[in-house]
Amino acid sequence: MARGKRYDAVIIGGGHNGLVNAAYLARADKRVLVLERRHVLGGSAVTEEFFPGFKFSTLSYVVSLLRPEIIRDLDLPSHGLEILPLESTLTPLPNGDYLARWADHDRTRREIYRHSATDAEAYDDFGRLMYQLAFAMKPLLGMVPPDPTSLSPRELYRLVKLGKHFRDLGRERFYALYKLLTMSSADYLDEWFETEPLKATMACSGIIGTFLGVRSPGTAYVLLHHYMGEIDGAFRSWGFARGGTGAVSQAIADAARRYGAEIRTESPVAAVKVKNGRATGVALESGEEIDARVVVSAVDPKLTFLKLVDPGQLPIDFVEAIHRFRIRGSSGKVNLALDALPNFTCLPGDGPHLRGAISISPSIDYLERAYDDAKYGEFSRRPYMDIVIPSMIDPTMAPPGKHVMSIFVQYAPYDLNGGWNEKRRDAFGDAVIDTLSDFAPNLKNVILHRKVITPLDMEQEYGLTDGNIFHGELALHQLFFMRPVPSWADYRTPIKDYYQCGSGTHPGGGITGASGRLSAQVILKDW
Amino acid sequence: MLSGTPFHSRTAPLCQGHNWRRWAGYVVASSYGLTHDHEYQAIRSSAALIDVSPLYKYAIRGSDAERLLDRVLTRDVSRCNVGRVMYGPWCDETGKVIDDGTLQRLGDETFRLTSGEPNLRWLCESAQGLRATVEDDSDTIAALALQGPLARHVLGNACDSDLMDLDYFRLTFARIGGVPVTISRTGYTGDLGYEIWLEASAADTVWDTLVAAGRPFGLTPAGILALDVARIEAGLLLINVDYIPANRALIESRKSSPFELGLDWTVRLEKSHFIGRDALLAEWQRGPEWKLKGLELDWGSLERVYGEFGLPPQLPGVAWRTSVPVYVQGQQVGYATSGTWSPTLKKYIALAHLRTAHADTGTRVEMEVTAEHQRKRVSARVVEKPFFEPERKRA
Amino acid sequence: MSDAYDTVVIGAGHNGLVTAAYLARAGQRVLMLEGRAHAGGALSTEETFEGFKFDLGAHRLSRLHPPVVDDLKLASHGLDLLPCDPCVFAPSPDGGGLTLWRDPRRSAEAIRRFSTSDAARWPDFTDTVTLAGAFLESIYARPPIDFLDEGGPGALTIVGTALRLRRLGRRGMMQLLRMLPMTVTELMDDWFETDLLRGALGALGVTGMSQGPMAAGTAFAFLHQHASPEPAVRETLRVRGGMGALAATLRAAAEAHGVEIRTGAWVERVLVEDGRAAGIVLVDGEEIRAGRIVSNADPRRTFLDLIDPICLEPGFLRSVRNIRFRGVCARVNLALEELPRFKGAPGGDGHLRGSITISPDLEYLERAFDDAKYGRLSRRPYLEASIPSLADPTLAPPGKHVMSILVQYAPYELSDGVWDEAMRDELGDRTVATLAEYAPNVPGAVLHRQVLTPPDIESEFGLTGGDIYHGQMTLDQVYFMRPIPGWARYQTPIAGLYLCGAGTHPGGGVTGIPGYHAAGTILSDTD
Repeated sequence: MARGKRYDAVIIGGGHNGLVNAAYLARADKRVLVLERRHVLGGSAVTEEFFPGFKFSTLSYVVSLLRPEIIRDLDLPSHGLEILPLESTLTPLPNGDYLARWADHDRTRREIYRHSATDAEAYDDFGRLMYQLAFAMKPLLGMVPPDPTSLSPRELYRLVKLGKHFRDLGRERFYALYKLLTMSSADYLDEWFETEPLKATMACSGIIGTFLGVRSPGTAYVLLHHYMGEIDGAFRSWGFARGGTGAVSQAIADAARRYGAEIRTESPVAAVKVKNGRATGVALESGEEIDARVVVSAVDPKLTFLKLVDPGQLPIDFVEAIHRFRIRGSSGKVNLALDALPNFTCLPGDGPHLRGAISISPSIDYLERAYDDAKYGEFSRRPYMDIVIPSMIDPTMAPPGKHVMSIFVQYAPYDLNGGWNEKRRDAFGDAVIDTLSDFAPNLKNVILHRKVITPLDMEQEYGLTDGNIFHGELALHQLFFMRPVPSWADYRTPIKDYYQCGSGTHPGGGITGASGRLSAQVILKDW
Repeated sequence: MLSGTPFHSRTAPLCQGHNWRRWAGYVVASSYGLTHDHEYQAIRSSAALIDVSPLYKYAIRGSDAERLLDRVLTRDVSRCNVGRVMYGPWCDETGKVIDDGTLQRLGDETFRLTSGEPNLRWLCESAQGLRATVEDDSDTIAALALQGPLARHVLGNACDSDLMDLDYFRLTFARIGGVPVTISRTGYTGDLGYEIWLEASAADTVWDTLVAAGRPFGLTPAGILALDVARIEAGLLLINVDYIPANRALIESRKSSPFELGLDWTVRLEKSHFIGRDALLAEWQRGPEWKLKGLELDWGSLERVYGEFGLPPQLPGVAWRTSVPVYVQGQQVGYATSGTWSPTLKKYIALAHLRTAHADTGTRVEMEVTAEHQRKRVSARVVEKPFFEPERKRA
Repeated sequence: MSDAYDTVVIGAGHNGLVTAAYLARAGQRVLMLEGRAHAGGALSTEETFEGFKFDLGAHRLSRLHPPVVDDLKLASHGLDLLPCDPCVFAPSPDGGGLTLWRDPRRSAEAIRRFSTSDAARWPDFTDTVTLAGAFLESIYARPPIDFLDEGGPGALTIVGTALRLRRLGRRGMMQLLRMLPMTVTELMDDWFETDLLRGALGALGVTGMSQGPMAAGTAFAFLHQHASPEPAVRETLRVRGGMGALAATLRAAAEAHGVEIRTGAWVERVLVEDGRAAGIVLVDGEEIRAGRIVSNADPRRTFLDLIDPICLEPGFLRSVRNIRFRGVCARVNLALEELPRFKGAPGGDGHLRGSITISPDLEYLERAFDDAKYGRLSRRPYLEASIPSLADPTLAPPGKHVMSILVQYAPYELSDGVWDEAMRDELGDRTVATLAEYAPNVPGAVLHRQVLTPPDIESEFGLTGGDIYHGQMTLDQVYFMRPIPGWARYQTPIAGLYLCGAGTHPGGGVTGIPGYHAAGTILSDTD
């Protein structure tokens, strides 16, 4: 590549949103360059072989809400994307019993009925309401947030239209949605269910990636996310990517390349060049400078506005708002290479329960106590865990007969008392293994290798500020037209030709690609 | 593995084609024989024994049990004396049907309610603040339908008490093979028939006793396919087929009121309180938008449609349960939800939801059929339900 | 058939008195039925110990709705309010303390001793709170809007509210929208670094709430306490003669308009005939017929205890059962030989004339809540004390004082144990011991001690679950969601039956606004 070559767009960060953004821009015939700091593409959506023969979805481990329109627009299946369903959710209980939810409705009903006859019915009713609400919220995932303070007729029209959309839901759903937005998941689920492990396991989706407990208001609405996936149930955008989560990034990168985008790894960006309030290109840490008509940042808002540009070039209010943006990391990850399958006391041996998610969330109080530890700067002594064994679904992830296990762990505060170090990382890993061994006693004997990732590791290795997996907490005051900051939720920034497209923008969080896509729409509109 | 019903050890060996289907989390036989014709004929000409155990069954007890049920059902439960059975729907607050079933009054303060879908939560919630308990007996109570012109003879042979006097929609307590059972003169076939309710643990004994007693009368175990034909002839609704339960409908337009389902006769608006009353009162005043009626397809028209392709009319081999558009002068005015060839009536019949303006008996409509991969319309006439109602049903 | 009364009001709390007075003023024949011996509900001053008069229920008044004061001519019926200055004194565990005054500049000076940057931010913070408070007040001054109203006046009120919101300006509007769902901890993080200040202010976000300062929506609860155009933070007023005197004033005003008040008259149930309220039946069997019934009782008591469930739809009753009543407050009243002497506090009694807040930092509050979360009395509770005898010496014998202390958290339901005498003593001991850490002379100065546990508060004032707000003031239970969605306008599904208590918009606190709006609704329904 010729030095000083001018691009239409340079995208900082080759995470999945950056790649989606690049693919859409390249698809519109722009000359696009993606710059990734690491040697591997994907950001938090990567597959890495830490131990020979064992492949891990290092951080992000399920494809939750990859937007179907992106799969279609970029024809990702033709680039190798294959999503395999997770069949069940198992919650082992300390008393040796368990609660399972299966793919089959009758089977799930029987199972919940075993715990509570009325909950079995409530579960169906709840599912229907969530389905309806998720359907109502879905358009929001696909729209650039309006600015409620704007006086432009266009924005006002969009606001009124949005207001009408919600009013058209009818009373029952409107109020249910309002409650979801303002309540804690524990309180919300209390209105429906009496079975502790059911409430707890469902409540978990409300706390993943947040620094909140299940009793904290504002955690209920994330319950919807699970059902968002179900709307596209037949489309099957929820599950496990064959080849690990990195395969998703690879597929998007392939698509981007096919449209002509260039992608460079091991090319860390030092700064965005700004001239007269306008972005003109980037300077790499190597000293190389690359000019571009627009610069798009796929990294989190803190890096985007406080590190890549001189905050002095931004309005003071804006910088203060970015400082106030909450981005506390709260989770860790433990990846295990296993010699054999874990043997759960509640359901011994191999079985379909190992092909789904396993949730260590026996009760609301258990989760709340895990949170209590974190509130005061400690990792949870007995943490919440969301576990999958990808090699059960895709045997190529591990050598024949062996397995990989992915354990998402919460809570592990970034601001650990005394700070993170080798010793604390090991202690954290031990707490995870010890807790899990209570439910699967053979675990310690079958571990071949263990890779513990703390929030500090996430920051240092994967560029996630404060180790926050969502580029900023999914709290009510940081969503939609307030993400990342009010009036700048439309992917534009106070610097002309400088755009954002990471998870720190609407809708944020999880492997959705929506931020990357919506950002590309705005960029192309401004072109 | 899905569980079998309490009669599974008896029904399983009979099921020649391994022709099972799911019903409420159980497996039951679609048909025992390789075809279901014989089983249907037993319902109409001798006697058939049908395993209906998967029905949901609830025991409602307590000094407020009557008030609770009067609150839930649209019917006047205060008139349901001990020993009587009532059929009726129940609605949500907006007057849309949640489910329908039979209510048996087993004692002053004891009732049994059957339903097509689980209703425990709704019943328990409605019982809050009342002195009434609701218990889910679905797994512990087994049920058999003994239906057909000779059902009374079979039962007389199997049972310790005389059932000659048991009137339509009445119940009695008796013993079969020494097992205490409740016998109600009810059924889902529109024929003379009984339903027998018993503890699941005694299922084998009761089955064996009935089969032995029925041998001289041609008693035949029958599956769901035969039952489905019979219930359409009888004009009886099937939940999730002919209507969507209001609490399971994803959108408003899928819900139906009792008036729209032809259940006007079950709604006692003069009761001062029951769930959905205000909405139903308002609907009754303005008139329902839909009506559920019978359709009889015109044979000549059928012959013409198939004749185009050089074929005789292709009649459905079993009852169908799909939604089929119904037209008047090219405009869709409704949809049929189940239909069948009636072997007894020698007519092609269907149950259809029709806009009120086109629902009068005698109205000429057209129903869609697919003939040789092409959508065609066959003339039909709107008729009253039931299509088939023999005197023996009530006699 | 003609009834002796047009309206029967059940319960003579302050909101009931306001409603009754307005109805009588409009010419209705009104009968009030109060089960207890006195009118006034939670406004109660009693001479618990000879010579010492205590406020047993509410002890803090921030603002009476001005139209109520004017329309009912409360001044002529003896209303005598004594503004407190300072508003709050927050002693520090290390001695000394922080005093906040009505004058922001004086407060800023006090804060400067702890932090110059906090002092610099104080005026701006006061402005922000005042702006938001004035907006809330404008919302509270009207019955709640209904977003789902079709056209007509309903739609106009929505537009009116939107306009009032926009009048805050771009910055103010965004600030408010962002603040409402926040945690009060985050609100404090945004502004201040001084623990004592953060603790003292943060406490207002959790007063009466079963939540810690890290729960979303507590920033709103903080603002709720400031719903007033007055620029003071933590405004406190005292009533000469104690809160009971305010009850007497309201009673006098109501009676002056012809309201008949019967005490010792417990209502057993409301008669409903053909979907309409037709009268009430007293516990002794007496039947009083009236076409209009107004309940000052909380929604739970009204709908679950006073009405045959058959008359209401199950969905409505489900919503009523789901209203969260979570009592967390207890009351300890002390008859003191001498004033408390706080360690290192300034001389004189000037600093003791407002609220005295024991909440040295936010973590202290959160830990106090942690105990309650698991059903235990806080080991180190948050205390809000006042010494009304300083402003009104008639409340205690010469030279002696009364101190009333709101103790939090004391959960209504204990996880192990019940509120028996031993627990009551434990609560009293813990309160005095906590106070003694700051003012060591208190234990020796206590002449008498009265302890009201949450069940006492429930039985004494008819506050279900000991919840002082008639239902928690969380975001999902305020405004158009209060008391239950769809029924936020004082009407009920039973024609002629109305609610007028704190369970309705705008909720708890001694304001008279719910009663005022209820009367307005009834009178416009009557036209």
